[in-house]
Amino acid sequence: MNGAHDMGGVHGFGPVTPEANEPVFHAEWEARVFALFLASGRAGQWNIDMGRFARENRSPADYVSKSYFELWLAGLETLLAERGLVSADEIEAGRSLREPKKVEAILQHGSVEAIFARGRPTERPATVPPRFRVGDRVRARNINPTTHTRLPRYVRGRIGVIEQLRGSHVFPDTNSLGQGENPQWLYTVRFDARDLWGPEADQKLRVSVDAWEPYLEPAGQSL
Amino acid sequence: MARDHDHSHLSATELRVRALETVLLEKGYIDPAAIDLVIQQYEQKIGPRNGAKVVARAWVDRDFKQMLLGEPAQTFASLGYAGMQGEHTTVVENTPTLHNMVVCTLCSCYPWPLLGLPPVWYKSAPYRSRVVIDPRGVLRDFGIELPSDTEIRVWDSTAEMRYLVLPMRPSGTEGWNEEQLAALVTRDSMIGTGLPGLASETAP
Repeated sequence: MNGAHDMGGVHGFGPVTPEANEPVFHAEWEARVFALFLASGRAGQWNIDMGRFARENRSPADYVSKSYFELWLAGLETLLAERGLVSADEIEAGRSLREPKKVEAILQHGSVEAIFARGRPTERPATVPPRFRVGDRVRARNINPTTHTRLPRYVRGRIGVIEQLRGSHVFPDTNSLGQGENPQWLYTVRFDARDLWGPEADQKLRVSVDAWEPYLEPAGQSL
Repeated sequence: MARDHDHSHLSATELRVRALETVLLEKGYIDPAAIDLVIQQYEQKIGPRNGAKVVARAWVDRDFKQMLLGEPAQTFASLGYAGMQGEHTTVVENTPTLHNMVVCTLCSCYPWPLLGLPPVWYKSAPYRSRVVIDPRGVLRDFGIELPSDTEIRVWDSTAEMRYLVLPMRPSGTEGWNEEQLAALVTRDSMIGTGLPGLASETAP
């Protein structure tokens, strides 16, 4: 979706303000939300791409007015409600009002370290050869889905060069919709800043994104 | 943790999170000990000291550096740094003519096993919006001015690839051991918004 989360190149947010000796969490509730979000994922009711969409799928005003972990809280509430696990009235009441739904698993203390050490790799066997090779000129497609995508707006329609082939990976655009992992070849695509931002851009700047093959089309030979 | 506060002192968000956790617990969806352990892992165990050790070793061990750059996935797996949000991490090397910076313009993707959880500024709108169009301005916010002929490369983490910047070893550190060198490696130097030895931030 063309949401406020897609921030590359937006003006007006002001300077970056690093904080000295920053704690990992700034409040106890942030730590709880972080861990609750990850632990709830074990229920098997959503995947990482659905989780990301739940955080970003909101009005721009709402997105930019929430702190990072407030977005995690809002996203978690959405996921839990949509799947029938926890309803808003239960959170208001501060207690369970309905029988729990049967879930796949819960995150147990004894399995935390093993699960986090293993992670969730997204590389999958490829079924077709890659369409592009390193050095190919490609254009990021001008797509504007209202659903989850990982192609940022600032590269859409722009021409870049395939710099690396990263393997075949779970495709977020379908995975976020429950339409399957649908693995696609993933490339690092490098853009000259002037192709993104115009002739006045920093001549010594290049920016890359990691783009799945469906995001790209051939751009022909260099002139 | 601070669970015995008077409720009247809690914000609406704090109360809501507490209510949500209670409901999840009553329904049997969470193991509270697991929640505590997840937090403990990221507060105490998984942080930028992991990445600093890798960088310091790459500075002193040429074979290790080659492995790290050539086969990062296998190298991180062998070191135990390929877990959650570090499943596909690669290393990008700074040189006298090239400076690398890492961002996730869409949210907050970051190599957790090597750097821990990202700082607030990394997840913030100012950084995400600006680093891809004005990285030198962002660097000035961090007190860094690079020569105008230094090429800047920004890596936007839009997929599950994660990036660790391998900063340049500071001059004057000949003969230092890995432990001494690791102490110079700041978190920000592994993101690309800092340089080693410039400890404007103190990593946990």
